[in-house]
Amino acid sequence: MENPSQPAATATADQPTDARPADAQQTLIEVRDLKVEFNIRGGVVKAVDGLTFDIKRGQTVGIIGESGCGKSVTARAILRMVPKPGKITGGEILYYRYSRYPRKDGKSQDIEVIDMTKLDPDGELVRQIRGGEIAMIFQEPMSSLTPVYTAGTHLNEAITLHRLIPLKRLGDQMVEKIVEYRRVTKEEAREIAIQMLRRVGIPKPEQRVDSYPHQLSGGQRQRVMIAIALSTEPYMLIADEPTTALDVSIEAQILDIMRELQQTANMAIMFITHNLGVIASMADEIVVMYMGKQVERAKVVDLFYNPKHPYTQALLQSVPKLGPKTGARLASIEGMVPDPLHLPSGCVFHPRCPAFMPGKCDKLIPQWNKVGENHWARCLLYEE
Amino acid sequence: MAVATAPSALPLGKKKEVGQSYWDLVWYRFKKNKLGVIGAVLLVALYVSFVAIPEFIAPYQLENRSNFVEAPPTAIRLVDANGQFQAPFIYGLDRKVDTVKRLRTWQVNTDRKYPVRLFVQGDEYRLLGLVSTNIHLFGIEADQKEQRIFIMGADALGRDYFTRIMYGGRLSLMIGLIGQFLTLALGATLGVISGYYGGAVDMFVQRFTEFLAAFPNIPLFMALSAAIPAFWSPIAVYFMLTIILAFLGWGGLARQVRGLILSLREREYALAAKSFGAKDRRIMFRHLLPGTMSHVIVIATLSIPGMILAETALSWLGLGLRPPLTSWGTLLQDAATVRAIRFVPWLLWVVPPILLTILTYNLLGDGLRDALDPYSSR
Repeated sequence: MENPSQPAATATADQPTDARPADAQQTLIEVRDLKVEFNIRGGVVKAVDGLTFDIKRGQTVGIIGESGCGKSVTARAILRMVPKPGKITGGEILYYRYSRYPRKDGKSQDIEVIDMTKLDPDGELVRQIRGGEIAMIFQEPMSSLTPVYTAGTHLNEAITLHRLIPLKRLGDQMVEKIVEYRRVTKEEAREIAIQMLRRVGIPKPEQRVDSYPHQLSGGQRQRVMIAIALSTEPYMLIADEPTTALDVSIEAQILDIMRELQQTANMAIMFITHNLGVIASMADEIVVMYMGKQVERAKVVDLFYNPKHPYTQALLQSVPKLGPKTGARLASIEGMVPDPLHLPSGCVFHPRCPAFMPGKCDKLIPQWNKVGENHWARCLLYEE
Repeated sequence: MAVATAPSALPLGKKKEVGQSYWDLVWYRFKKNKLGVIGAVLLVALYVSFVAIPEFIAPYQLENRSNFVEAPPTAIRLVDANGQFQAPFIYGLDRKVDTVKRLRTWQVNTDRKYPVRLFVQGDEYRLLGLVSTNIHLFGIEADQKEQRIFIMGADALGRDYFTRIMYGGRLSLMIGLIGQFLTLALGATLGVISGYYGGAVDMFVQRFTEFLAAFPNIPLFMALSAAIPAFWSPIAVYFMLTIILAFLGWGGLARQVRGLILSLREREYALAAKSFGAKDRRIMFRHLLPGTMSHVIVIATLSIPGMILAETALSWLGLGLRPPLTSWGTLLQDAATVRAIRFVPWLLWVVPPILLTILTYNLLGDGLRDALDPYSSR
């Protein structure tokens, strides 16, 4: 892992640099009132209900919440990979696509706004975006690699599918336009694969590239996954609990790698976790979810120092703290997670809420209220 | 790093690469299974001798007729009539006609002696279809009209039955391999598609396999065989029969593959492949199908004998291969009369090679079953 930014620079040298605008604040993904429902035997489960947030280029957005609150479904919905009985029933996911390569229809290279919810989930365009522009890594590094292929084979697949090499350039050095591309060859793909493995800190990448998944440790497998995800130079990485299955020292290494790579490639990360410590060190902005609903959204500092929603407050209090022994019991959130088929009336959190207001919280559905600069919460405490 | 390592006998740097690919592991485990290895070796020997070089092993050409009609197996002797021990030889046969029983019989004539030699010259043939030669593995150096060697007797046209079994094995063994290969291709493809897509596609494929399974086999065979035009060349009939066998056999395999795919498609690596933009076809055939291969290869190996037996049974019924093609099935047809069993029982010599083939396939299949799952700890 000595100086990983060095090979990174050479790896991207022949890539079209004009594809990445300098303005890092450009919006990349805009999720508006997203609704995903699962029509199962017992009824309809609203896995995601009215989710609204956006992700800017180069930004890390964390999504936190307990198990089953709809974090992973949100991630899958963005890539149009919601598992079977699930369906996107409302809202939109706007993807501001800056096409890196000339399009087949010959249109200009401006930003094109694509509503992911309207696309054919098996279509050509979705497949180009998946992996090529928005990559995803999963919770289980142990089973995310096909056991019969080497690390190199996996990388080659993604690279040959999504990476192109410029063939013909038009114009002078100032306004250069690349008009023709070719796919990478086998040798080039292998070269890129080795570079990627080196970038994610795998020792002896020239040998490891030919290793099978069962020869790699859990941390190495997750690094290979990250290498695959980054080998196509995506605009956004969706990391669905990428370190949950790893031990803490490996977790720290993986997080370091992700941060480093994000800086060198100006890539956005959507980081899904239930680990508050991890999210505090990774994210710029945080979305808190509870039972498919977004309960609070704020900048990371605001959220941790000034949480507004009682659920967030309770969540933060339930984190054990290191320090002198106080004798106090660790705070926990009262009650149980409700049955998703029979959600409580009014605010879904009201049966467990320490700030429960009888006659109000169990009757009225809270709105999305602005409670500060870049800070929103869905709670009746902040309504008139 | 801090651990001091004992000086190694191996030269530094170049350590012998131990393969870790799936097939390396399979091979490593397979080698440890003695019965499986015996099965594999025997099977290779069977295929080499029956498929590749039967012309060399058989002492005569397939259709080489003679006057030695229904001659019994020739005894190869080491001790002559005088009690003298000598190199392997056979006595000549003389034809006798029993006018009372109205039977043709063959009697040993101890006056005529023919030494049995290895690598004798005989009928011309092309070895492996390439080299023209007339050397046979064994035989006697005598005029073919005067005396021949029939280690498994002769049939009604005076043809050497051992020769016929050797040549017949070629068709019977190949039909098993080719047929199973077609079954595999058809069954695996439809199974993967059925399992991966589910829904209506799955419904259709599964109902179709059930339809095939529910259909009475023998009438279906009869109908399909009857559909083969009579004027087709024997080789075309042979391939048609292979296709028919494969067509009827893929259902079971397709179901097994489907079942495996149903579980494999939920694995994270299928999801991961999808999230990297892989096409359905790639996910199905590159990422999921290899996962079923350990299972499929075992099933295929264990069902090749079924294929061979099916050919034998069909040909015996007169629905499969027909003379002049020679297969174990058509040979068995000749043997399956009361008269044959009473007077020419050596025609049943075709049974041991069939038994041996099926036994070796089962040994190999069992060995593979254990070896092909190298990640299981046992």
